[in-house]
Amino acid sequence: MRTAETDLREIKNLMERSSRFISLSGLSGIFAGIYALVGTWLAYRIMENTPGPESFAPLVGLAMAVLVLSLVTAIFLTTRNARKKNQKVWDKLSQRMLLNLGIPLLSGGIFLLILLYREMYSLAAPVMLIFYGLALINGSKYTLNDIRYLGLLEIALGLIAVAYTGYDLLFWGAGFGVLHIIYGALMYWKYER
Amino acid sequence: MKNPIKGLHKEFENRIKLGIMSILMVNDTVDFNEIKDVLEVTDGNLASHASALEKKKMITITKKFIGKKPNTSYAATDKGRQAFTEHLTALEALVKNNP
Repeated sequence: MRTAETDLREIKNLMERSSRFISLSGLSGIFAGIYALVGTWLAYRIMENTPGPESFAPLVGLAMAVLVLSLVTAIFLTTRNARKKNQKVWDKLSQRMLLNLGIPLLSGGIFLLILLYREMYSLAAPVMLIFYGLALINGSKYTLNDIRYLGLLEIALGLIAVAYTGYDLLFWGAGFGVLHIIYGALMYWKYER
Repeated sequence: MKNPIKGLHKEFENRIKLGIMSILMVNDTVDFNEIKDVLEVTDGNLASHASALEKKKMITITKKFIGKKPNTSYAATDKGRQAFTEHLTALEALVKNNP
């Protein structure tokens, strides 16, 4: 029988399904975190073995590899998740989420390239964390709201990282590695089990 | 005590009408096909419920052509938003008073 309660549940469900992309996979957060931690460890090794400007190219390559691997994994797992939830992967909702995530992220990416070009390396890690955090907060309106808090934490870490230069890798690993794993696990536990 | 039943609008009693309004409350405009996909209803069913809502001035229906393809989109009116908010408040009150 239909009651006020089932009506309310249906309304809430429809509002969510028609305005947010809810198939974002928490599992992909866990993987991204693992890649980032492995990347951080490799970066330490590179910096130990080749101190100075020579380490620049391999470090950039490493960061790109972590980014590409994370993206590929996220696309794969989110597509799988969407199929399970009977939601389309490529529709207005996912496009809106990507656009809103993408604007701060692209701004940060360009900002980062300019910093590197001008050899202001010490700001690289905090800039990545802060812009990534802003992107998550902006995108959270169009997907699972939980990533809003992840965004706030990333920004906080980024700001602390500007204050304590010299621990860049540590903060980078904490933000992109540890936080992703914790958050991914929470979201997996909450939505995908 | 205020009677919560008063806030209920019988225009939204039907499950499909309730669905259309729910979707339009959180989106500015939505295409016919998107609503059809989310609600999983047939063309005719959706169209007739939508036009009933339009008659009550709860939603507006805009028909236009995108290239050569006809496109129908829906949006909630201010009156519709207000009525649906009252409906929601009444439903919530009902749930609260009858646990």
